[in-house]
Amino acid sequence: MNWNNGIQLLIYLIVLVVVVKPLGTFMAYIYEGRPAGVNVWFGSFEKWIYRICGVKDDVGMTWKEYAFALMLFNVLGLIVVYVIQRFQGFLPFNPMGMTAVSPDSSFNTAVSFATNTNWQGYGGESTMSYFTQMLALTVQNFVSAATGMAVLVALIRGFVQKQTKTLGNFWVDLVRTTIYILIPLALVLSLALVWQGVPQTLSSSATATLLQPVKDSAGKPVIEQAIALGPAASQIAIKQLGTNGGGFFNANSAHPYENPTPFTNFLEMLSILLLPAALCYTFGFMVGDRRQGWALLAVMFLILVPCLVWSVCIEQQGNPLFAPLGIDQQAGAFQAGGNMEGKEARLGIVNSSTWSIVTAAASNGSVNAMHDSLMPLGGMLPLWLIQLGEVIFGGVGSGLYGLIAFVIVAVFIAGLMIGRTPEYLGKKIEAFEMKMASLVALIPHVFILIPTALAVMIPAGKAGIANPGPHGFSEILYAFSSAAGNNGSAFAGLSANTPFYNIALALGMFFCRFWLIIPVLAMAGSLASKKIVPVTIGTLPTHTPLFVFFLTMVVLVVGALTFFPALALGPIVEQLMLNGVSI
Amino acid sequence: MKKTNRIGSLFDPSIMAPAVIDSFKKLDPRHQIKNPVMFVVLIGTCLTSGLWIQALFGKGDAPAGLILAITLWLWFTLFFANFAEAMAEGRGKAQASSLRKTRKDTPAKKLIKPSHGVSYTTVSATSLRKDDIVLIETGDMIPIDGEVVEGIASVDESAITGESAPVIRESGGDRSAVTGGTRVLSDWLVVRITANPGETFLDHMISMVEGAKRQKTPNEIALSILLSVFTIIFLLVTVTLLPFSMFSVSAAGHGEVISVTVLVALLVCLIPTTIGGLLPAIGIAGMDRMIQANVISTSGRAVEAAGDVDVLLLDKTGTITLGNRQAVAFIPAYGVSLEALADAAQLSSLADETPEGRSIVILAKQKYGIRERQIQDIEAKFVPFTAQTKMSGVDLGDGRKIRKGAVEAIENYVKMLGGAFPEDLKSTVETIAKGGGTPLAVCDNNRVLGVVQLKDIVKGGIKERFAELRRMGIKTIMITGDNPLTAASIAAEAGMDDFLAQATPEAKLKLIREMQSGGRLVAMTGDGTNDAPALAQADVAVAMHTGTQAAKEAGNMVDLDSNPTKLIEVVQIGKQLLMTRGSLTTFSIANDVSKYFAIIPAAFVGTYPALGALNIMHLATPQSAILSAVIFNALIIIVLIPLSLFGVPYRPMPANRLLRDNLLIYGLGGIIAPFIGIKLIDMILVVFHLV
Repeated sequence: MNWNNGIQLLIYLIVLVVVVKPLGTFMAYIYEGRPAGVNVWFGSFEKWIYRICGVKDDVGMTWKEYAFALMLFNVLGLIVVYVIQRFQGFLPFNPMGMTAVSPDSSFNTAVSFATNTNWQGYGGESTMSYFTQMLALTVQNFVSAATGMAVLVALIRGFVQKQTKTLGNFWVDLVRTTIYILIPLALVLSLALVWQGVPQTLSSSATATLLQPVKDSAGKPVIEQAIALGPAASQIAIKQLGTNGGGFFNANSAHPYENPTPFTNFLEMLSILLLPAALCYTFGFMVGDRRQGWALLAVMFLILVPCLVWSVCIEQQGNPLFAPLGIDQQAGAFQAGGNMEGKEARLGIVNSSTWSIVTAAASNGSVNAMHDSLMPLGGMLPLWLIQLGEVIFGGVGSGLYGLIAFVIVAVFIAGLMIGRTPEYLGKKIEAFEMKMASLVALIPHVFILIPTALAVMIPAGKAGIANPGPHGFSEILYAFSSAAGNNGSAFAGLSANTPFYNIALALGMFFCRFWLIIPVLAMAGSLASKKIVPVTIGTLPTHTPLFVFFLTMVVLVVGALTFFPALALGPIVEQLMLNGVSI
Repeated sequence: MKKTNRIGSLFDPSIMAPAVIDSFKKLDPRHQIKNPVMFVVLIGTCLTSGLWIQALFGKGDAPAGLILAITLWLWFTLFFANFAEAMAEGRGKAQASSLRKTRKDTPAKKLIKPSHGVSYTTVSATSLRKDDIVLIETGDMIPIDGEVVEGIASVDESAITGESAPVIRESGGDRSAVTGGTRVLSDWLVVRITANPGETFLDHMISMVEGAKRQKTPNEIALSILLSVFTIIFLLVTVTLLPFSMFSVSAAGHGEVISVTVLVALLVCLIPTTIGGLLPAIGIAGMDRMIQANVISTSGRAVEAAGDVDVLLLDKTGTITLGNRQAVAFIPAYGVSLEALADAAQLSSLADETPEGRSIVILAKQKYGIRERQIQDIEAKFVPFTAQTKMSGVDLGDGRKIRKGAVEAIENYVKMLGGAFPEDLKSTVETIAKGGGTPLAVCDNNRVLGVVQLKDIVKGGIKERFAELRRMGIKTIMITGDNPLTAASIAAEAGMDDFLAQATPEAKLKLIREMQSGGRLVAMTGDGTNDAPALAQADVAVAMHTGTQAAKEAGNMVDLDSNPTKLIEVVQIGKQLLMTRGSLTTFSIANDVSKYFAIIPAAFVGTYPALGALNIMHLATPQSAILSAVIFNALIIIVLIPLSLFGVPYRPMPANRLLRDNLLIYGLGGIIAPFIGIKLIDMILVVFHLV
């Protein structure tokens, strides 16, 4: 890593930390119903929505009611997205005349967007009409993010409240998140993107005459190029903020119309971690002890920063196979140096590596470089960050509630080690909480390992592999990890738009989203019904550096122990073989 | 103090031998299924045993010798875990059988009605039922638990408590409960039976120490869930490794697919067998330590809860202060010399054997140098205390009648003799009463000489004990019937955090409920019947063995030593129990890191030679690497048996430091230790050409 890389990383991290407190406080105000500007100005609009929808906004829900409302809303949303794709040929805003998407791909995409995964088996500009992009996909970008945040808020209420049954009202949390937090932020970001040159139009693609005609595969000369356009800025803003990641164009954020300038690159990277980081502060604020929020954020940084540094170093070092060929991979005045395969020359090493790490950490899944072309260990880092359970930042809301499940496991072990029944934030952690936290930790592992094992055994699975050997294995492992982590980024290389992958991945996305949300809500319900134990000197403090370190170790050890064998057979052996050649 | 309940050293052959036999019996799948981690090991072991037999017939998935070696060590793993449990149980059983010896079938003298002197019939103790009345005379064994309805006797309870000094049992009051299996040394008792045979305290104690009725405690259940999850995760890891390996072999074009034997070995090494195998032993040993502290707990749940106690309620009398008040000062009436008062007070108390009387004699000697005289030498006649007169004293040969007693009684006495109670003394009396003391007036015929101030004496060393509790994060509250002023002064002297004055049973109950609704876990010690409701409400309730039957039934622990500060030890044992579980869980999981570095390169180096780089321990061969990991995994159980039986040491210190220390020892130690252990085993295997 050189100075340039270091300074860019540092600026990014500093800006991120600076915005955590104001944004976190703002969100806490919104969820606690305190006046915070937008909710005063649009308060009557919020009430109007409840009136229209017949929502009793002052009635609290038990965890079961909350979960039922959430499931109902998400399953209905999923069906709507499916139906729109299947019928987009008959619907308006289709200047390119896109026809119906195939059933398995539609199903995959519907699940993908409803679960905040945004795995894309299709190419946006060549598959989806503007109507589908706007009313199916962009809408889900908002509400799937809001769903994750609502679950987090319900869990926070579980810690804050004592001896009650209710966790708040799902509809209220959903509406407030969407109209007060996500829409204003997305509006600001999309305006900035439009200013920087991201298109926002309903007109069909532009046509340009090529200066230098080329020949296509059939040998016919091509003199014109269609340049895809559309309402891109509005979708890109929320895809970054809501940790969705589903690009408007197939090339995602590597496409110059999604990510035209270094400034948009910085803004988009910032928006990936913005809400997951700020929600930590919201958590601390709402539980009445901000140190608790900072502690969780510290855990995230403790894992993120070494990954960032390591990734940049690996990519900057370049490919050892090129050294014997006499290829110059040193950074200099005229080149970024390092491993530039699969990276945009205009973005360079540090911006591509940083993006690959933050998008994996945050369950975002948008990419500005092809992860398939990263060095083996450079590709392992995002893969492993996903496999940690998407709890290092993770999805908006979902990352933090996932991390809290790990906190439950950590305080349980730590509590035993100091000889006390474990407690967190004054709530006793008992068998039921352990069961639910265990499910949250366990389920993604099941949906990563088993489908990967299945895919490497059956022909339908092996057919999708582009590269033989360990790299092909990594491609499959990455795909299922991405689906189970609700991340959505792809390792590329794998041809996943087949019935087998579309359905297997969709199932992984669905169960790893909702089979985690339901246990989390059940845990919240159980916690809310408990008393709050007062703090004594015998209580284990959960905001100290020691606990931060311990929690980090728990997350790392669980992730490492589960995936070490698989990673050894994929990226690790690939890197070792690569190094072996260079010696 | 002689303790008979202590059990000998760890390697007592009388415990070891049956434990070895039990370890075989416990291989029964019906027993193993109670422990999910070890059940998985059992299934894996049966699988490799089958594979070995298959290999003998020439179709093995690995060399027969390697399969046999791995299989044998897997059986050892199971055996060692069973052995740990059997050892813990054996220690309990040894105690139970020593207790059982006291449960002899003794003849009992059954009375037809509850009074001394009616005729009795001799029956067998086993035929007695609740509410029967029996007579117990000098030398008789008390047949079964009961409550004294008439009489007073000294009883040898050493069989139960291990305490050789006899105790007094009498009707009424707080010392009316008698326990079956103890012996009356003098006098007689009429006892109403309170328990049917088989339900007595002794029976209960035996079943507790044997662990027959042991149920999993809430924490144990939560930990089992966590361990099961780890087991499932590692099951997933190893099961999916087979297809991964198959794919890798076909991709690489050479090498061999990982054998099922190695997969089972990897699985057993990864799942938390250390804690899984030792978990039952830790629980049983926790109960065992409780019994060695002479505390009988009615449930493991209470032992565990003890580790969480936030608030401790203690009765003042007999706990914080010595049971009896002691003389601390003589205050003479106007015109009377101090020596005259001290002399008279001493004379009146010479033959007074009550603790108050003795303390007056001692004070007179220590402070005023009045030496003890023999009552016979001065031709005095002792007048004992009666409930009617409320005074005691002496009639001297020279006609002086010296009396001491309650202020009111002396005032009436001197009035009767034509005297009067001096006005100046009345204010002194009031001051003493307000300050928490008790005034005793002393008179010589009709002349009041002054008062003796009696005061509660805080037990020596108690302040340090409370300071220790505070370091554990436990708040102490004193409960007393005294007025708030007195209570405050004693609480301050004893170093308590708070007090409840003028406590009634209702007030105690209310205090406990308030504490509990505030989320606190309340422990209480008590002995009287009036403590029973509060004991029943408290989360951890330690009844004194000397206390009433009602108190013992209401509590969830009985302290055989009747030492109220025993709660400190109870709390420590509870904490130790949890700490041992937590530390071994951490250790067990931390061990996995090294096992990966041993087994993964060994299993896949044939497919991908580059993976040999992960063999950072430089283990000799793939076979020796796998075998070393399996052997280490089995041996570590044996190595940790003493720790699981004696518990992780607990010292009161802030939670953060405790966690830091234990993480360093069991977390970091758990990562490093197996690297060394596996390497050593590998070297030994190579030296002896075992692989």
